[in-house]
Amino acid sequence: MNALEIRGLKKTFSGFQLGPLDLTLPGGCILGLIGENGAGKSTTIKLILNMLRRESGTVTILGRDNGQDLRSIKEEVGVVLDEVGLPDCLTSAQTGRVMEGIFRQWDAAAYASYLRELGVPEGKAFKEMSRGNRMKLGIAVALSHHPRLLLLDEATSGLDPVVRDRVVEMLADFTRDEDHAVLLSSHIVSDLERICDYIAFLHKGKLLLCQEKDRLLEEYGFVHGAAGELAAIDSAAVLHRSEGRYGAEAIVLRRAVPAGMAISPVTVEELFVHMVKGER
Amino acid sequence: MTIWIDNRSGTPIYDQIYTQIRRQIVGGELKENELLPSIRGLAKDLRISFITTKRAYEELEKEGFLYTVPGKGCFVAPRNAELIREENLKKIEAHIEEIARLGAACGLSREELLDVVRFGLEDER
Repeated sequence: MNALEIRGLKKTFSGFQLGPLDLTLPGGCILGLIGENGAGKSTTIKLILNMLRRESGTVTILGRDNGQDLRSIKEEVGVVLDEVGLPDCLTSAQTGRVMEGIFRQWDAAAYASYLRELGVPEGKAFKEMSRGNRMKLGIAVALSHHPRLLLLDEATSGLDPVVRDRVVEMLADFTRDEDHAVLLSSHIVSDLERICDYIAFLHKGKLLLCQEKDRLLEEYGFVHGAAGELAAIDSAAVLHRSEGRYGAEAIVLRRAVPAGMAISPVTVEELFVHMVKGER
Repeated sequence: MTIWIDNRSGTPIYDQIYTQIRRQIVGGELKENELLPSIRGLAKDLRISFITTKRAYEELEKEGFLYTVPGKGCFVAPRNAELIREENLKKIEAHIEEIARLGAACGLSREELLDVVRFGLEDER
């Protein structure tokens, strides 16, 4: 079963239109939604959660329409939004007790162990926590009610590399169950990119692409050389080309590269940046 | 079983898994009918995409290195001489491709390249 299915989703604000958007997240998979600031990532997540009213299209979460019975759907969805919104004056332990009254499947033991693993400070009220610690608390809450789908909106951007690494591990563990899936949005994926199964690029409210990540990285490569050498590559296969004083480099489809020319790997981030540049 | 994923090598990840498991099967480090890690488990342990791992397993199965028992998992296929010969032929082809690539890179003609190969083979005798 697909964990998430978005069909023809549309929303218009003055000066910005999202969609029509089609996106599928199969069970057991992790999808990285990448876009610049203002590309529509948060809007997409809010539309998924029905926090914004959509104009048209459908959103199916774990087989159910998000318009019906959203309350029971939310039991099974863990969410961390860009700004974690928890009561200001509560400590992590007090927050846990509130959540216990909200989620039927709240797991206090799991919550305590996530707090420990992520190193959330004890005895500090939410309002006194740093952005990073608020994020950690948000992640712990999202994971502690046994969700089947996780929606993370920029949820790791305020975290240090060591904690990010821990989060990667948690996400990998979470998706050991083929019934579990993750949608994570970010303007930068870097270390999280590794565990993503699919990558989607969002630009000005439209999807530039949605593809299996490793296939994407296999298709494209970086080539360096003299400007003349690079000119031999079919221009249709060139995503981006830049020339400097000492040579030229290009991101190209690997299959179009003549034998003998060395190709180096390209990162998701580089691909994204140059695809967006190409759109402008 | 040992598997190393090198993110900086530029070799596709599925290929790295495929090559390493294949090598361990051909080399006998993985025994006949030995149970391999589950596709999902391996992906999560290596912290890589599940789809990629699945693709490596599918490739290995297609080539007869492993077989799947529904509900039980993937197992190492019994070794057969044909497969190993096939495997070595593949290695030779890969080396020849590399020779052709390097030859082209330094502007050797076909004839010159063949000469080098001939000399090399003479030396072997």
